[in-house]
Amino acid sequence: MSILSKLKDFLFRQEAMSVGGGEKAIQKQKATGKLTARERIDALLDPGTFFEFDLFVKHAGKDFGMEKKELAADGVITGTGIIIGHPVCIFAQDFTVAGGSLGLAHARKITKIMDHSLKMGIPLIGINDSGGARIQEGVNSLAGYGEIFYRNTLASGVIPQISVILGPCAGGAVYSPALTDFVFVVDQISKMFITGPEVIKTVLGEEISMEDLGGARIQSEMTGNAHFFARDEYECFEQIRKLLSYIPWNNAKKADPYTPKKPKPEYFIEKIIPSDPTQPYDIRDVIYSIVDDSDFFEVQQYWAANIVIGFARLNGQSVGIIGNQPAVLAGVLDVDSSNKAARFIRFCDAFNIPLLTLVDLPGYLPGVDQEHAGVIRHGAKVLYSYSEATVLKMTVILRKAYGGGYIAMCSRHLGADFVYAWPTAEIAVMGPEGAANIIFKNEITTAADPNAMRQQKVKEYTEKFANPYVAAANGYIDAVINPEETRRILIHTLNLSAQKKESRPAKKHGIPPF
Amino acid sequence: MAELKQNQLVIDDTVYETKLTRKFRLRKKYEAPNPKHLNAFIPGIIRDILVKPGQSVTEGQKLLTLEAMKMKNTVTSHIDGKIKEVKISAGEMVTKNQLIIEFE
Repeated sequence: MSILSKLKDFLFRQEAMSVGGGEKAIQKQKATGKLTARERIDALLDPGTFFEFDLFVKHAGKDFGMEKKELAADGVITGTGIIIGHPVCIFAQDFTVAGGSLGLAHARKITKIMDHSLKMGIPLIGINDSGGARIQEGVNSLAGYGEIFYRNTLASGVIPQISVILGPCAGGAVYSPALTDFVFVVDQISKMFITGPEVIKTVLGEEISMEDLGGARIQSEMTGNAHFFARDEYECFEQIRKLLSYIPWNNAKKADPYTPKKPKPEYFIEKIIPSDPTQPYDIRDVIYSIVDDSDFFEVQQYWAANIVIGFARLNGQSVGIIGNQPAVLAGVLDVDSSNKAARFIRFCDAFNIPLLTLVDLPGYLPGVDQEHAGVIRHGAKVLYSYSEATVLKMTVILRKAYGGGYIAMCSRHLGADFVYAWPTAEIAVMGPEGAANIIFKNEITTAADPNAMRQQKVKEYTEKFANPYVAAANGYIDAVINPEETRRILIHTLNLSAQKKESRPAKKHGIPPF
Repeated sequence: MAELKQNQLVIDDTVYETKLTRKFRLRKKYEAPNPKHLNAFIPGIIRDILVKPGQSVTEGQKLLTLEAMKMKNTVTSHIDGKIKEVKISAGEMVTKNQLIIEFE
């Protein structure tokens, strides 16, 4: 064969493998409002940067007539590309080829690209759109899943791992996303569950739609399995690109610095917080008033909304923000909000992203459901994550910091590097009402007018203890600061801490209260 | 304490104005278990029923088989007592926590 005909042959082969499951299957994919695997990769990466691996891999099925079937690229497209200067490894399951089902060769393509991303220290993005295990390949397809989970775990905390759910993702397949750092879902397209509606109906007699069982909204609002919710695939890809701008390539690097920008003037810090500690406000308004360009990239926006987590920049530097949200459930810590905060803290710590904690909470949520759901163990995760973190930890107490909530929200006692309080801060063992009712119980019950006595005692307690100065007198906070100066002081703190080093006792690993 | 409004939450005797989440509003109210009730501990199908209303049983005595998750689970009595009513029949599907036997 001449060189020219070899080249022609190559192009012909390449073309044949690149069409996925063929025109009909592609039309079907489009009819459900989904992009194809290749369109997804092109839309997500910087234009023209995708470089494909393993296009010619053949599937490993030997039974049930599979040996006679040709499956283009074995139903998954893998390779590398660039996202705003970040090199990334990427794979996208192709639902048009055997329903994106996972056989051994399909899995080995994924594990190869995972090995590359771990060795090269670059982020991994997985686009999931698969009917699940390829039943015809039996235990080999289970082996494939297991090998992926193993690598997800090895790579955890070394390179950022992102999962995008753009189709069904059921049974064993959901565990890979669950092991990764961030899960992206799209309304009406993403479905995640361990057992589907049909199994539930036959076994339990409970009827539920796929959407209500494990659709994008449920995973974003009720379960917290998803971190980012988008209305369509393009919005989802924009979110992924934005997320990557805040995080480093790997755990040995810091996030890229950006050009500093001032917050927008409409967020005026002194006007946001009501002085009455029982009145709500949106903590995000405080964040907007502090961070560059008032741009806050919220993570898990809809789940456990009583705590707010996300990324922003201070003077161009990436920071991870954790803030109690008085607008929802008074900003309490509970099972879900503890899980949400704890995991985010660990992500930021693993990837050298400084932590900023904004405190305004009345404590933990009371309730039988909370206690029986194990709020003790889940609440302890917050303590563990903050104590374990060696990245720069800055805390600003805005208003209430009561009891266990005060300790948990990155207090000095859990190793915060810098703790500041606004003059509106109330750092106390509990709220004045509760404290007065306990401490002055006798005086109140025996008084001629118990109500008047209670009010008087509450007032006394408030004046004496509902302020930042008792904690300041003990050195538990470093400075009481003018709210207006918060941004300037935080930037100053970030600058002076650029070389911060802190170590922990050597160990194989800790045992966090999972 | 006065009746709470829809957008209020009480922590340590203080009433906070705040939004409640859907999950919080939908949470199940706790009910103390009734010792005279035997409920299905898992959803499944009732197979053999070995007792009849009016019959006296002792703690640990086999009452019925509840098939669930491909397992035939033996359900035993948690108390000494007399069966008042058997709420299900063999072959019937039960949901989790469904009342299956009531004791006198």
